[in-house]
Amino acid sequence: MMEKQYKHIGKPYNRKEAQEKVTGQAIYTHDMELPGMLHAKCLHSPYARAKILSIDASEAKMLPGVKAVLLGEDAPYLLGLYMVDKRIIAKEEVRYQGEVVAAVAAVDEATAERAISLIKVEYQELPAVHTIDEALEAKILVHEDINELEYMQGVFFPQPDSNIASWNKAKKGDVKKGFEEADVIIENELSLPAVAHVPMETHVTIAQADLYSSKIKIWSSAQSPFAVRQLLAKSFGIHKSDVHVIVPYVGGGFGGKAGIHLEPLVTLLSKAAKGRPVKLKATREEEFNQLPTRAGMRGRIKTGVKKDGTITAMAVYYDWDSGAYADYGVNVGKAAVYSGAGPYEIHNIELHSRTLYTNKVFSTAYRGFGHLETHWTIERQMDLIAQRLGLDPYEVRMKNILRPGSRTLSGELIYETSGSPSDCLEAVAKEIGWSGYQSEEAREAQLKTGKVRGKGLAMLQKAPAMPSYTSTAAIMQMDEDGRIKVMIGAIDMGQGANTVMAQIAAEALDVPMENVEVVWEVDTNKHPYDWNTVASKFTFMGGNAIKKAANSMIKQMKELAAQVLRCHVDELTHGGGYIYHVHHTHRRIAYEKLSRGYVYENGNGIGGPLIAHGVYMADGLSNLHPETGQGMPALDWTFGAHGIELEVNIETGEITILKVASAFDIGQVINKKLVDGQVMGGVLQGIGSAILEGYKFAPNGRLMNPSFTDNKIPTAKDLPLEIVPIYIENPQTDGPYGARGIGEHPMISVPSAIGNALYDALGINFYRLPLSPENVALAIANKDH
Amino acid sequence: MCEVHKNNCFIHVPSGMQPIALSCIVNGEAVAAMVDPTMTLLNFLRSELKLFGTKEGCGEGECGACTIIMNGVAVNSCLILAAEVEEANIITVEGLAQGDKISILQEEFIEKDALQCGFCTPGMLMSARALLDRIPNPTVDEVKEALAGNFCRCTGYFPIIDAVMATAERERRELRK
Repeated sequence: MMEKQYKHIGKPYNRKEAQEKVTGQAIYTHDMELPGMLHAKCLHSPYARAKILSIDASEAKMLPGVKAVLLGEDAPYLLGLYMVDKRIIAKEEVRYQGEVVAAVAAVDEATAERAISLIKVEYQELPAVHTIDEALEAKILVHEDINELEYMQGVFFPQPDSNIASWNKAKKGDVKKGFEEADVIIENELSLPAVAHVPMETHVTIAQADLYSSKIKIWSSAQSPFAVRQLLAKSFGIHKSDVHVIVPYVGGGFGGKAGIHLEPLVTLLSKAAKGRPVKLKATREEEFNQLPTRAGMRGRIKTGVKKDGTITAMAVYYDWDSGAYADYGVNVGKAAVYSGAGPYEIHNIELHSRTLYTNKVFSTAYRGFGHLETHWTIERQMDLIAQRLGLDPYEVRMKNILRPGSRTLSGELIYETSGSPSDCLEAVAKEIGWSGYQSEEAREAQLKTGKVRGKGLAMLQKAPAMPSYTSTAAIMQMDEDGRIKVMIGAIDMGQGANTVMAQIAAEALDVPMENVEVVWEVDTNKHPYDWNTVASKFTFMGGNAIKKAANSMIKQMKELAAQVLRCHVDELTHGGGYIYHVHHTHRRIAYEKLSRGYVYENGNGIGGPLIAHGVYMADGLSNLHPETGQGMPALDWTFGAHGIELEVNIETGEITILKVASAFDIGQVINKKLVDGQVMGGVLQGIGSAILEGYKFAPNGRLMNPSFTDNKIPTAKDLPLEIVPIYIENPQTDGPYGARGIGEHPMISVPSAIGNALYDALGINFYRLPLSPENVALAIANKDH
Repeated sequence: MCEVHKNNCFIHVPSGMQPIALSCIVNGEAVAAMVDPTMTLLNFLRSELKLFGTKEGCGEGECGACTIIMNGVAVNSCLILAAEVEEANIITVEGLAQGDKISILQEEFIEKDALQCGFCTPGMLMSARALLDRIPNPTVDEVKEALAGNFCRCTGYFPIIDAVMATAERERRELRK
């Protein structure tokens, strides 16, 4: 292969917006104030499930400074991405503790809070659905009207008279025969609790509704302004063009700010407050308890294997404890259907994924979109298989791994250019010095010291989970001085994507990085359409759109220059800020001379201002077959692996992670500094899910830890001693400069690798997260008995 | 709210309590104001002085997003009442640069990519600044200890620690010059 010669791709540029962020100048929705702005507060249900018998808001309405009080009856709209199942404010019935039952807008937060405290609600507590098994039993229905709910047909499959919001399936080969051919059948159950996203900026929205028309203006800490526009317009029955969404800097999203959240409620408050702008900023408690989480999950897996580790059949049930409303939850469930077997070729498989309604805070997308959960099942199972067969788990993985010519769970053919899972596994095994499980003697010898070390491996894969027709677009304009402005409707919420987009534009146009500006503050009235900023698709799709826009701009410049230079377009090339003749290189015109059209010495002008656009539509994707799950769901697969070495204190159960080696086949590193940031941040979030985090519910369904006091995220003191990112670069032919997505992947399978390393250290298998000191110490104590 | 004329001006006091006169130094500037006795320093900085660099992440003193330096010590401004800062010297993220030149610490945060979404960054910078003022040559463990009260969900902290260590080194070099 020819050596790649790039000027900007692969260079570790500093992020473009960094200076604004370190000087306190960066303005987030959290910081915004508008003339006449009011502040909102919400009242929440104290019960997991209850009937609302009566609400008396008369005192709240009389409080001076209160401008609007809204109850369920004032908000007769249903919301939903895929299942239209959620009221903006609960009416008659509440379905989770934390659900909004009333909202107030007042002149300041203190007044709004006082008004909230004056609202009297009479509830009748009802028996609730707390667990996956209770949900499946369906003695109580979270949504009694499930049969009537509107939903996206052909993609999701709600089951009548049940709590199953969607039952998605994959079926391939002859599963019965596959199990018959197996030497050993291994069955396990692995589970994990709900976890919060914890963006440092809580959800916040300002909305201003025009009283005399349908027009609405919204500023929101949102990942997906165009999704907000679409869903709000649909819910209110107004035109999309009436909804104007602006996204200032976003203080972290991780999937929790995808879709639509506070926007409709704040819009209604503004309308009720005679069109004054209203700001609603979620408290940290509301962030945990009102706004959505990552679902809890239970995976039941049965694998048939030959003695040499070859998998002959697999049957899996993934059941998602997805809370009171479907939101993204059903799509998380769907992702399991095409990715829930891991990066392995399984010829005979039956996989069921059921997104279940329960009376808990509802769930949504969270970095990795179901994959951390399914990989907790799959990647622990691979080790459990190896243990049973007395094989090296590295070898068991290599035996079944996807290679060129293999087909994925949904039947997609893997090419040389799809990326290589085996390269990733090999790289991390080498980096941590993997040589198989340690012997029982070695373990016993270590145990005497009070601290035991162990190593573990885990693989991962993910492709964007998105509709088959997902699209994006970029607009590129040249200023009079030859500088470039790029507009793209996806959001850089910290992942560094706008800097990567600038690198791609600079590379394609061959201009210096400082000459390219990606315009921040995405505005649905000015920026071109983008579906959603989720799924690790920004670099791939946005990058392709920008490359096409740059090519179009070069073409326009050449066409204009051909007239001036009196030659055919084909004789021209570009570089260094010039369009020039391929042979007579002195026959050239600087970009800026073409930026407004070209002006001859006598004053004649030709052409016009330079504006280009580029679009990218997900290519070749199709819906999955409802029964078999076969189809083309994946735009690009990013494969990866983690190798972890850790030490366990056998008295306290505390885990010290000594080293994390993480390899990803991302096709092409565009900016190592930024990718390293994704890997280190993602790995630490994975460690959070593995060791620290998790929702705890009381028997009555009340969330017991809705604060940082009891639901901590990793701090600087919880770091591994070392994280080693490794990038494999087998280029993706249709990715921008060969690149694939990487935003979510580093988090996936971190818990699995830690769980596997714990087995190596202790000889104990863990089946449920988190692997907290308490749980680890208990398991050690129980083993001793 | 009037910052200059103290009690002569109309002020909004949501608590309904008697306002308190306050004078202090913020980023080198004298500030005099009447404040609601229930107002936190965080709200005073943001709502009254319009210094929006300091962020609120939890309002409960757990996340460190609102960290500022008060009389040389890094503190959570959401846990302090504005009325308590009488005569205090306060530095916020807006006070880190010298004139139009950003500080070495800010430069190193950029260079090491010690920020992603940027929401924890002001608080993180202030905790780091207070540490370096106290200990110009910290160990990695001392940096971790000093930053342990500042949550960051994006970076994984490694680049932040690198930035603080690099700043310490550069600042010591500058001092020797």
